[in-house]
Amino acid sequence: MASKRLSHLKTLEAESIHILREVAAETARPVMLYSMGKDSGVLLHLAKKAFFPGKLPFPLLHVDTTWKFRDMYAMRDAAAAEHELIVYRNPDGEAKNVNPFDHGSEAHTTIWKTEGLRKALSEFGFDAAIGGARRDEEKSRAKERIFSIRSEHQRWDPKNQRPELWSLYNTRKRAGESFRVFPLSNWTELDVWQYIEAENLPIVPLYYSAEHPVVRRSGAWIMVDDARMRLEPGEKPEMRRVRFRTLGCYPLSGAVESNAASVADIIREIIESNASERQGRLIDSDTPSSMEKKKQEGYF
Amino acid sequence: MAAEKTLLRLVACGSVDDGKSTLIGRLLYDLGTVPDDQLAALERDSKTVGTRGGELDFALLVDGLMAEREQGITIDVAYRYFATEKCKFIVADGPGHTQYTRNMVTAASNADVAILLIDARKGVLTQTRRHAYILSLMGVRQVVLAITKMDLIGYDRAAYDGIVADFVSIASTLDLPRLAAIPVSGVSGDNIASKSAATPWYDGPTLIDLIEGAEPREADRNDQPLRMSVQSVVRPNLDFRGFAGRISAGSVKPGDAIRILPSGRTAKIARVVTADGDLPEAVAGQSVTLTLDHEVDCSRGDVIAAADAPCEIADQFQATIVWMSDTPLYPGRRYALKIGATQAHATITDIRHGIDIETFEPNQARQIEANGIALCNVSLDRAIPFDPFEQSRELGGFILIDPDTHETAGAGLIHFALRRAHNVHWQALEVDRDAHAAIKGQRPAILWFTGLSGAGKSTIANMVEKKLHAMGRHTVMLDGDNIRHGLNRDLGFTQADRVENIRRVAEVAKLMADAGLIVLVSFISPFRAERDLARNLAREGEFYEIFVDVPLAVAEARDVKGLYKKARAGELKNFTGIDSPYEPPEKAEIRIDAAAMSPADAAEKIVAAIGGGRT
Repeated sequence: MASKRLSHLKTLEAESIHILREVAAETARPVMLYSMGKDSGVLLHLAKKAFFPGKLPFPLLHVDTTWKFRDMYAMRDAAAAEHELIVYRNPDGEAKNVNPFDHGSEAHTTIWKTEGLRKALSEFGFDAAIGGARRDEEKSRAKERIFSIRSEHQRWDPKNQRPELWSLYNTRKRAGESFRVFPLSNWTELDVWQYIEAENLPIVPLYYSAEHPVVRRSGAWIMVDDARMRLEPGEKPEMRRVRFRTLGCYPLSGAVESNAASVADIIREIIESNASERQGRLIDSDTPSSMEKKKQEGYF
Repeated sequence: MAAEKTLLRLVACGSVDDGKSTLIGRLLYDLGTVPDDQLAALERDSKTVGTRGGELDFALLVDGLMAEREQGITIDVAYRYFATEKCKFIVADGPGHTQYTRNMVTAASNADVAILLIDARKGVLTQTRRHAYILSLMGVRQVVLAITKMDLIGYDRAAYDGIVADFVSIASTLDLPRLAAIPVSGVSGDNIASKSAATPWYDGPTLIDLIEGAEPREADRNDQPLRMSVQSVVRPNLDFRGFAGRISAGSVKPGDAIRILPSGRTAKIARVVTADGDLPEAVAGQSVTLTLDHEVDCSRGDVIAAADAPCEIADQFQATIVWMSDTPLYPGRRYALKIGATQAHATITDIRHGIDIETFEPNQARQIEANGIALCNVSLDRAIPFDPFEQSRELGGFILIDPDTHETAGAGLIHFALRRAHNVHWQALEVDRDAHAAIKGQRPAILWFTGLSGAGKSTIANMVEKKLHAMGRHTVMLDGDNIRHGLNRDLGFTQADRVENIRRVAEVAKLMADAGLIVLVSFISPFRAERDLARNLAREGEFYEIFVDVPLAVAEARDVKGLYKKARAGELKNFTGIDSPYEPPEKAEIRIDAAAMSPADAAEKIVAAIGGGRT
């Protein structure tokens, strides 16, 4: 019955909806992490579909670093108008005014994101955090489970993950343990963009190519998004047509030169280009296997 | 690249060192899915940790975790993604190490098609047999046999043909109906993306063409009757009540007659609701929300099925179990079972036999160790809807969860029901005596312990109860002393009161047996007539008179409660054995020689005599 065969996007969508419904049914206090990125946008859209015509059975949580792009904060405000959204900033980060310039990318990410997420989850008592991570992003994620159990210290033990057979998820846990749930596990970057195109989803405009003030650092274009950006001696922002493949803290997100001005352009560019999306992330290159270490500590 | 592709799930399996990671890495490389920056990392890593003397080591593209890169082996299931013009592939990379059968089973669980690697220099190994067995067991019907490292045997056709023939002969006893073989080399790329000039004698398709030609499993599930496990009830307001789930088989459209299982109630589909609007029809693989034409009881874990072709309902199965926990599986232990969106408590009542997955022969097994596979009888605490695994992975495959550690301890594949629940397909279940017993998955019984005071009735009864409880049986103990403190506290020790005492206890025991329980009654009950009264209230074959037989002298010597002493001193009247007779049973089902037998042995004998409470 070839005519009834579902496309790969429809199959991925149906699988993700199944996973989202399982989290909602089997955990006591789930939350969906929302980072305003394209994957978050897809995840939120899938959640709306999963529980239609009802509302989302869990709040959204943004673990803020205060250093996101302004366009991302605008996107967050739009989501907050429609859904319950919690913004959490690690009090340690605020007290010490942690930033990428004085503290370096590693400490900045650890304090705001890794520790911020850990604190937010335990303060609110969430027992399942739904995230948009994909297995194709990075090698250490290739073995990640869809329901990934974390110790009471929210650590990820790669040797102590449960086998996942068929579409059965073992959601049992001890008090204090929690789950990270990844409904987009089987999606690739290309799937995400094709889905955004097919479903006509709103995305942060920074994904499209446009003229932005940028400086060249570590082989990437860094955008000067506000006056807090510290320039090195001799560094002068220049206007370039760039776009972002991933979005994070603006001083740590590298842009690529591109003329892709629509989702269709972006898809064409990904198919033709030969660089992976995490290339623009400065944190991956801190140390060898740095993502694996960050994961064990509780980074998404 | 077309946006509309078919999603195919592929499992790659092979022994250690037969080049699986290299082959997958090569597939990714040849399809142009390795980005430049990863390629640069590959070139760098090939020089430092590569095993190919600085040449590109494709295995490094897929061997992810630090630990295993250092150890040089793959230790867990990893997932890779690549796409061709027609298909998106999800590759589950199943490790080949002997002790990782569980990973192989996990990797194969969702696969539509498998690539099974054989090292051309080594031929069919015991591990090849193991992989072939698991693919057959897990229902992976489309298998591509890739004979790797052909470059290392000089592309020798005769050697290739010999290996293929060896494999075909072992596969003949397995269920691998769609088998193709191909000579390849991951290192030099022969026959992976394009036909190799080195194997002019091979006239089949390339490896990529072979896997692209596979069928997704959904394709044949559309022709089956409707099945959908209900994940949740969607009730946003009083006017809407829908049942959310993913269709695992068949199709559904408004007006279709459906049956809700296990209740057996029927209704018609009103709407097939999605966020993109109502659908005229939904098919296997889609996640939808169904509304019905009238209010019917239906909740998470129920199955919505075609009314005229519903799935079976049972609480006892024969199933193949694959054990994954380091703590072995023992019969009698209780596990949480998860199947579809349903959960139940499960006990393995019997290991029929283990399976040697190298010879495919049955063997004797009293327990199942990690990575062991066995054919078992499984008993649940309630009846659930299911389909045989051969028909449905979704309603025939289950996991067993250890109730203490919460680990996923094993996986199971249902073959058939050992006992079907009655009539449930055609009418809502009558909640009768049999239904009560069925939900417990046990045979109700009344174990009536009789004997002199101090014979050891309560001690033995307690041990019996503990044993039954450990087997997952639901029991209740009616102890003489305790009943007299509550229900019968208005009764004394006159002849009439003693009869009434026994009558009440017999009635309570019967009610509880009707509720499906195994009732243990520990009463001196010295008179035959009283015991016969209790026996006559119970159902045929349900009443066990257990005579805990001990000479008066022995009981009196024990005198745990000091009662004989009091009776001898005349402080206690009508004391059985002293100034009131004990009438020994003439037709006791079980006699325990309590002077010669330890209480533990006695308990064992009794549990065996009632068949462990099994149905």
